[in-house]
Amino acid sequence: MGSKTPLYDNHIEAGARIVDFGGWDMPLHYGSQKEEHHAVRQNAGVFDVSHMTVVDLSGQRVREFLQYLVANDVAKLKDYGKALYTSMLNPDGGVIDDLIIYFVADTKYRLVVNAATREKDLAWIRKQAEAFDVGVVERAELAMIAVQGPHARELAAPCVDTEYRDAAMALKPFNGMFAGDWFVARTGYTGEDGWEIVLPAADASATWDRLLAAGVEPCGLGARDTLRLEAAMNLYGSDMDETVSPLEAGLEWTVAWEPAGRDFIGRAAIEEQRENTDRQRFVGLLLEDKGVLRNHQKIVVDGVGEGEITSGGFSPTIGRSIALARVPAGDYDRAKVEVRGKLLNVRIVKTPFVRNGQVRIDV
Amino acid sequence: MSELPGDLLFTNDHEWLRRENDGSVSVGITGHAATSLGDLVYVELPEVGQDVEEGGEMAVVESVKAASDVYAPIAGNIVAVNDELADDPEKINADPYGEGWIVRMTVEALDESALMTPDAYQQLLDELDD
Repeated sequence: MGSKTPLYDNHIEAGARIVDFGGWDMPLHYGSQKEEHHAVRQNAGVFDVSHMTVVDLSGQRVREFLQYLVANDVAKLKDYGKALYTSMLNPDGGVIDDLIIYFVADTKYRLVVNAATREKDLAWIRKQAEAFDVGVVERAELAMIAVQGPHARELAAPCVDTEYRDAAMALKPFNGMFAGDWFVARTGYTGEDGWEIVLPAADASATWDRLLAAGVEPCGLGARDTLRLEAAMNLYGSDMDETVSPLEAGLEWTVAWEPAGRDFIGRAAIEEQRENTDRQRFVGLLLEDKGVLRNHQKIVVDGVGEGEITSGGFSPTIGRSIALARVPAGDYDRAKVEVRGKLLNVRIVKTPFVRNGQVRIDV
Repeated sequence: MSELPGDLLFTNDHEWLRRENDGSVSVGITGHAATSLGDLVYVELPEVGQDVEEGGEMAVVESVKAASDVYAPIAGNIVAVNDELADDPEKINADPYGEGWIVRMTVEALDESALMTPDAYQQLLDELDD
């Protein structure tokens, strides 16, 4: 028996197939993972993401602390509520975790880190925070839901307190705001529009029921994974971990090299790597043959070398198999993947595969 | 869970067999197996004419979630494969004991004592639910 979120009974009621995820009993799907996937691409779906870890930081030196802790630069956050996606690195440049940082106030930031990495993340953050006299408070008492899809915001808006509803609807992408004791942000992990809402656990169940009554489809971790894969959003533990740098995981865009004097943890290691033109590429793959690409399958590039699939699966939107992969340096756009002893043809494509309901690659 | 067809025999690996009128044996995976796997997206079928050993890998069914081997429940020779699964693997989810059949094989002998009746298989499923 794992930990249960405040929405566990709602999942059972909705017919969820429950699986263990990082010590949490979470819904994998509620009948059909594919239908849930399509609901998010075409209308709206809701995910329970209460297992994710919300951490509030506060202190006079909190900005300076975050400029040291993470690879991106929180100085980019000019307006309250603005969000930044980045990674915490170890001194070797490996990714301890990826996270979202929200700028709440000059002395306050909110972090959302992964569930499976909760303990090591909190230990690492607390250890680094000591020198900056920054308060680190985990908000385990809060629930979190993600409402995603082209109609997600309009269907979820009636759940937001009337006082804040218009402001919430007016949020720009990657911005959030407090709405009473809720925190509503226009962020997500699906490649669709929508909100992620952090709310008191006591509000979670009624809000969930209200969303379902409004026609929002309950969606499990299965659909969450195929949606994020189509959107080419990395999954910690699959696409990167402590042995992989952000540069080897397609996350260079989440590293702020300027100002050059900002000394964040791991900087020296990844700067060295940045100069290395032989480092592996992180790419999207489309399977041209029949079959399904899976994590850890071997990639063979004739005359160049070998690579590995970090996230592979079936794309319900495209109807073919796609993957994210680390492949050897070089200029090529075809490769082969070893699947059960056979070599299948894949094409290297520019990601994302799907965004806002549209297939973005040539199929 | 719907009623199991009475003319089937079952294995511990959640596969089913049906003795056809021409003496051949049809094989598929059970509704329980299909539901556990989730929406199927790809089925890799053996070649017609291929000999299979009992317990040997015979086909692969892949769902959105994972790939799963289908083992030959008995030794025999593949005489037909369900080609329609190539374009519509979800037939296995929709109709596991009918249109979702996977292969048909000729066998030397069918030892029914090594397989489960529908009642015995239902009992196994009930135990899994507990």
